[in-house]
Amino acid sequence: MLSDEIKSEIHCGISACPTRRCAILEALQIVQRHHGWVSEERLKAVAEFLGLTVEEVDGVATFYNRIYRKPVGRHIIFVCDSVSCWIMGFENILDHIQKRLGISFGETTSDGRFTLLPIQCLGACEQAPAIMIDGQLYGYLDRDKIEAILGGYE
Amino acid sequence: MERPLTKHITIGGDPLNLAEYEKVGGYEACRKSLRTLTPDNILQLVKDSNLRGRGGAGFPTGLKWSSMPSSQNSPRPRYLIADADEMEPGAFKDRILMEGNPHQLIEGLIICAYTVDTEIGYIFIRSEYTLAAERIRKAIGEAYEKGYLGFNIFGSGFNFELRLHVSSGRYICGEGTALANSIEGNRAVPRHKVPRQTESGLWGMPTLLNNVETLCNIPHIINNGSIWFKNLSKCKDGGTKIFGVSGKVKKPGAWELPMGTTIREILEEHAGGMLDGLKFRGTLPGGASTDFLVEQHLDVPMDYDSVQKAGSRFGTGTMIVLDDHTCPVGMVHNLESFFARESCGWCTPCREGLPWTAKVLKAIEDGKGEPGDIEILEFHIRALGPGRTFCALAPGAMEPLRSALKFFREDFDAHIKEKRCPWS
Amino acid sequence: MATIFIDNAPYQVQDGQNLLSACLSLGFNIPYFCWHPAMHAVGACRMCAVKQFRDENDARGSIVMSCMTPAADGTRISIDDNDVREFRAGVIEFLMLNHPHDCPVCDEGGECHLQDMTVMSGHVYRRYRFKKRTYLNQNLGPFINHEMNRCIQCYRCVRFYRDYAGGRDFNVFGIHDRIYFGRCSDGTLENEFSGNLVEVCPTGVFTDKTLRKHYTRKWDMQTAPSICPHCGLGCNIIVGERYGSVRRILNRYNHEVNGYFLCDRGRFGYEFVNGDCRVRQPLVRHTSKSLDVSSLEPIEKKEVLQYLAKMMTSSERVIGLGSPRATLEANFSLRSLVGPENFYVGMSEPELKMVLQIIEILSNGPAYSPSLRDVEQCDAVLILGEDVTNIAPRLALSLRQSVRQKPMEIAERLKIPRWADAAVRQAVQSERGPLFILSPMATKLDDIATKTLLAPPDDIARLGFQIAHEINPEAQPVLDLSENLRELAVSIAAALKQASLPLVVSGTSCGSVPVINAAANVAWALCTQGKKTGLCYTVPECNSLGLGLMGGLNIRDCFEKIMTGSAGTLIILENDLYRRAEAQTIEAVLQKCKNVVVIDHILSRTAREADVVLPSGTFTETTGSLVNSEGRCQRQFRVIPPTGEVQEGHHWLLDIMTSIGRSDVNQISSLESVGELMAKEFPIFKPLVEIAPRADFREFGQKIPRQPHRYSGRTAMLADISVHEPKPPDDPESPLSFSMEGYQGIPPAPLIQRFWTPGWNSCQAVNKFQSEIDGPLVGGDPGRRLIGLLNGNELVFFSEIPQTYEPRDGEWLVVSISNIFGSEELSSLAPAISERVPEPYVGLNPEDANSLGKKDGEKLLLSINGISKSLPVRVITSLQPGIIALPIGLSGLEGIALPAWGKVLENRNG
Ligand SMILES: Cc1cc2nc3c(=O)[nH]c(=O)nc-3n(C[C@H](O)[C@H](O)[C@H](O)COP(=O)(O)O)c2cc1C
Ligand code: SF4
Ligand code: FES
Repeated sequence: MLSDEIKSEIHCGISACPTRRCAILEALQIVQRHHGWVSEERLKAVAEFLGLTVEEVDGVATFYNRIYRKPVGRHIIFVCDSVSCWIMGFENILDHIQKRLGISFGETTSDGRFTLLPIQCLGACEQAPAIMIDGQLYGYLDRDKIEAILGGYE
Repeated sequence: MERPLTKHITIGGDPLNLAEYEKVGGYEACRKSLRTLTPDNILQLVKDSNLRGRGGAGFPTGLKWSSMPSSQNSPRPRYLIADADEMEPGAFKDRILMEGNPHQLIEGLIICAYTVDTEIGYIFIRSEYTLAAERIRKAIGEAYEKGYLGFNIFGSGFNFELRLHVSSGRYICGEGTALANSIEGNRAVPRHKVPRQTESGLWGMPTLLNNVETLCNIPHIINNGSIWFKNLSKCKDGGTKIFGVSGKVKKPGAWELPMGTTIREILEEHAGGMLDGLKFRGTLPGGASTDFLVEQHLDVPMDYDSVQKAGSRFGTGTMIVLDDHTCPVGMVHNLESFFARESCGWCTPCREGLPWTAKVLKAIEDGKGEPGDIEILEFHIRALGPGRTFCALAPGAMEPLRSALKFFREDFDAHIKEKRCPWS
Repeated sequence: MATIFIDNAPYQVQDGQNLLSACLSLGFNIPYFCWHPAMHAVGACRMCAVKQFRDENDARGSIVMSCMTPAADGTRISIDDNDVREFRAGVIEFLMLNHPHDCPVCDEGGECHLQDMTVMSGHVYRRYRFKKRTYLNQNLGPFINHEMNRCIQCYRCVRFYRDYAGGRDFNVFGIHDRIYFGRCSDGTLENEFSGNLVEVCPTGVFTDKTLRKHYTRKWDMQTAPSICPHCGLGCNIIVGERYGSVRRILNRYNHEVNGYFLCDRGRFGYEFVNGDCRVRQPLVRHTSKSLDVSSLEPIEKKEVLQYLAKMMTSSERVIGLGSPRATLEANFSLRSLVGPENFYVGMSEPELKMVLQIIEILSNGPAYSPSLRDVEQCDAVLILGEDVTNIAPRLALSLRQSVRQKPMEIAERLKIPRWADAAVRQAVQSERGPLFILSPMATKLDDIATKTLLAPPDDIARLGFQIAHEINPEAQPVLDLSENLRELAVSIAAALKQASLPLVVSGTSCGSVPVINAAANVAWALCTQGKKTGLCYTVPECNSLGLGLMGGLNIRDCFEKIMTGSAGTLIILENDLYRRAEAQTIEAVLQKCKNVVVIDHILSRTAREADVVLPSGTFTETTGSLVNSEGRCQRQFRVIPPTGEVQEGHHWLLDIMTSIGRSDVNQISSLESVGELMAKEFPIFKPLVEIAPRADFREFGQKIPRQPHRYSGRTAMLADISVHEPKPPDDPESPLSFSMEGYQGIPPAPLIQRFWTPGWNSCQAVNKFQSEIDGPLVGGDPGRRLIGLLNGNELVFFSEIPQTYEPRDGEWLVVSISNIFGSEELSSLAPAISERVPEPYVGLNPEDANSLGKKDGEKLLLSINGISKSLPVRVITSLQPGIIALPIGLSGLEGIALPAWGKVLENRNG
């Protein structure tokens, strides 16, 4: 279930961890980097690799919002829905994205291109409204900018 | 006006690499500390500087450091953590510091580690700070290569390992004890504060936690002394502070200014005042979990005690501005939805009360408020107050609500009476 | 002692507690959820809030959680303050927002801590008007039902399951107001203590699945105090009954024995009582003697007694075979009937030898026999030869707590009070006290062991002897021990010597007297070093030790006597010989006997071959006494009134004596008279008459009713049979009555038939029965230890050291393997348990399996002492080469005493 590459990455990532538990998040992040999300099987494989039970791994995984336990699209759009972006009208941006892509929060486009997720304050309040796609921050948004940005992702 | 923290930061530009950083005096403080100062010397300097924690609670940094148990007979390893989780809505100052000058943070960490005698450090960064993480990773690499991290730093015999821990979301991870649980691979629920983390923190070992901005101040205190540091400030707290403003102002952004600069100055001079056609209605001076201040408070100096006296909290020093065309009920609803979503689910009032609060606010905002809703909100303000919940998240969440009811009560009443949002 | 002020009145409380337990100990009611007296405080639910004041001038005070606040000298609090009352009502309101309010159809209804706390807190009116959240439930296997919508997120389940019981297939998932407790996906909860979730959960999330099959409300259950019959530990239980069938087992708190927790075998093993396996009528073989089952026919009680009287008087000799799963009283009555010279202890030769050896060691040696509570206090443990979890499960739970003792030093250094559970665990991390396990194969405690050694029984004994020698050189050394083992012995000895309360655990499951002796040597050696040392032996059955104390000869002696002497009548009491001797021998013996009478409650293989079967009561229908492995004598009380022809074994024997006109019948006519007679004959049984109030005990002139004050439908229960309400059955043998009339207050501890007090309808009411929180029951815990410390004896170490195990060519050392579900006779008959019983198998080391050409699941023909059986192979990596493991109770080869040497025969396609 886990490729050798993933295993060696996990191995190297956890070398500094004093306990197996403390490697959980890092291991899941590695799996996610390679596969986009953490399937049941991979969760099991990670648990086995770390010598933990699936319950132990999933108990941690389900706590966080950045470990995906369902499939996601090739690109993940985070729309900051926190207060500064709210004041600056993120709802218009969101509305636009939703209409453009035909999906709402938590959904993935049928072509698997985008998944749309809300995110807590991106720490870009001065650039509100802001979104993040695959780790790239976009601020000072308006509808036109969105068009250009989305076009850049295949 | 001196801007020690941001002097070498160009917004939008690349940060200094190690060589460039050294060229402008970087790692001098570190070298001096490890070579010529004793931990006690440094501790005294930090104490004298009146530096207070920039993470939100404003705890005097020197005092916190001195609560680390003495090195003799101490269990090991001892840990140092830089809290770079910064998920408080409205706050973005640590991102600027980390993206803009990662070596400054690393230098602060090494000096701190040497002072409190810890051998392993973590920078706990939120996962959305991808650029900051990248730059820190690179800087850590450079520092290791140069021997500024690792074994026998500056030939002092002092060893320090520094690791970057990228989190996987969740605001609560910024809370110091939840953060420790997160690093350990537990669910990131907070821990009871007895014993203190400095006694039993990460893996039960003595652990010191500081905010990124707090740590970034350290090299400058070493280089210039505590008196210089105190003099940077307009009040008795030492130093400068990165103040930020977001909301409908002309120039949202962040500026390094003396501690004790007034809200008005920050707002009008630096943020350029309100957008045309809008009036200032109120502000959360220290981030999402602080009480609103309003027009009458504009001349309050931004320092811990003054803001507290005015009825709010200094928090992170990054303010969110409410204008007169934005619905305060909607704003508070947005805030409480955030807190409800970020509750860790450990203690009852927060886990159950915040979603209820958010639902009541939503109902009011949607014109479905009912008589008695305000009483329900007031009940929450009491039931989620300090001491009632396990950690400070829920009491923090109640601050904007409490003050909104105080200053904008007529808006709430109007929603309920008119059965609609007057602003939409 | 500390003085605290509660609503301005001073109270004396024990030092070092938290305010919650201090206040509860004082009798105050403070609502709580996440705190548990055994699992302590984490401060999650926020229910136990009180107001604390700095000093007498502080009028404002601040709200604190009583469970997280020390009851330090001078502490001032208010429980009644308005703010704090509002807050507590608010917490309940929060907890009830999403609760389904499905009490009428909830299994917990009427004994629900959430209901109680809701009433106690004063929350009455619902203000929440939004949608409730809902969850999907999981199938957690045959024991536990899951209904997550009722969850109040107190985190008790996960803290019990993981932190306390060491289970790993259960957890908490999710965040904010979507917290989920369960498994990753559907599946049976594997931990042996999962049943405690039923009592640990304060609401109806985890409920007893076996109870659902015949659901009855707490208030409609007739209950009585009893003793679990499913292993030698003698956990105290409460049995619930309605309409003549047993509905469930609950834990009965005994500070010294089981505390708050039972194992799943004990909790769910009861169902056999209601099952088809029972004998409910006297049976007699009509035709001439053959082994044909069909000829056992029902017969009236009166007739069978006449028949027996004739049989007995015409028999020149009557032999009695007792049973380690029958009460002292029943065994002793049999002994009185047949006479001491004709009474045999129903144990096999090796079994009795081991039990007698244990008694000898515990009675005469300097090491004490620890209660389970004592075990929890021990700070270094050596286990010799036992897979404790599968043999004496509840002991394993205590051992899990004992490894937490030593690391408490860390918490103490940090001044963390013990009750601050999360902080203690945080400080201690995975640090554990020393626990060494020497065993023939991997055990379920290996995960917490400092070091394990896999070795055959003789080598376990040898290492034990050497450890003793390392502690005290006067103990015989093992001269030909390998360097590795010697070093291991040195390190184990050192750890034990460093402990302040060391403990040695061993028992009969290795089938080895040398192992038992070696354990004694280690414990005694520690005693000679001035250590208070516990020596804990597991025994196979619930009354093994009691029967051993009575003494007598073993089954083989009995058989010999029958085979060599003249044929007579053999009376077998609650004993299936096929579990203790080889079938061929038994068949010959039964053939030889003129008459075979079996008194039993199940139709065992032995019973099916008897001439007369008399239906005795199970533990739920029997009042009597048992001695557990600690040496504690305890009383169980029947909960089912005598129905039909079923009666206690003791009563059948009494009836037989009456029917043959025995003049001494009065001496055993009541439990008390048996007790007195026993005490006269065996002084060690003197305390027997004190372990529970006498039958004539009355509280305010009244009996203690088995039915609770709210018992419903009593007048109508049997209306389909007769509209006249029958007179409640008498119970002349105990102070308990089969009615709801009587003293409904707190009875003397041995008679506690349920935990229930006003306002406390759930099992949490136990608080009100304790002299202080988590302390002994009011008036002292039930049971008396019969085996004491005989000081002053000169200590003589055992010195017969066995030879090291040498594999034999063409032969295999067959050892026994225990399964918590399956190895014990009675519980295996319970439907829920039987779902967890593995298929029969024979365990093999992987290499051996390989060399025999066997894969997992393939059959292997095993022959021991000329008896052969084909069984599927299970590859067990931890088994040593050359050793085969046979599961007790599953293999069909029960009669063969293990360890034994066996052969693997060529398989004839089977
Ligand atoms: C819910 C919650 C979230 C917090 N998040 C952060 C954070 O993201 N960064 C931070 O530095 N401190 C955060 N804090 C404050 C820390 O717990 C801690 O007080 C601070 O980091 C200490 O550092 P300082 O003394 O340097 O200020 C948070 C506190 C709470 C209650
Ligand atoms: S207040 Fe309670 S539920 Fe909320 S974040 Fe803190 S511990 Fe978790
Ligand atoms: S019992 Fe004290 S917080 Fe739960």
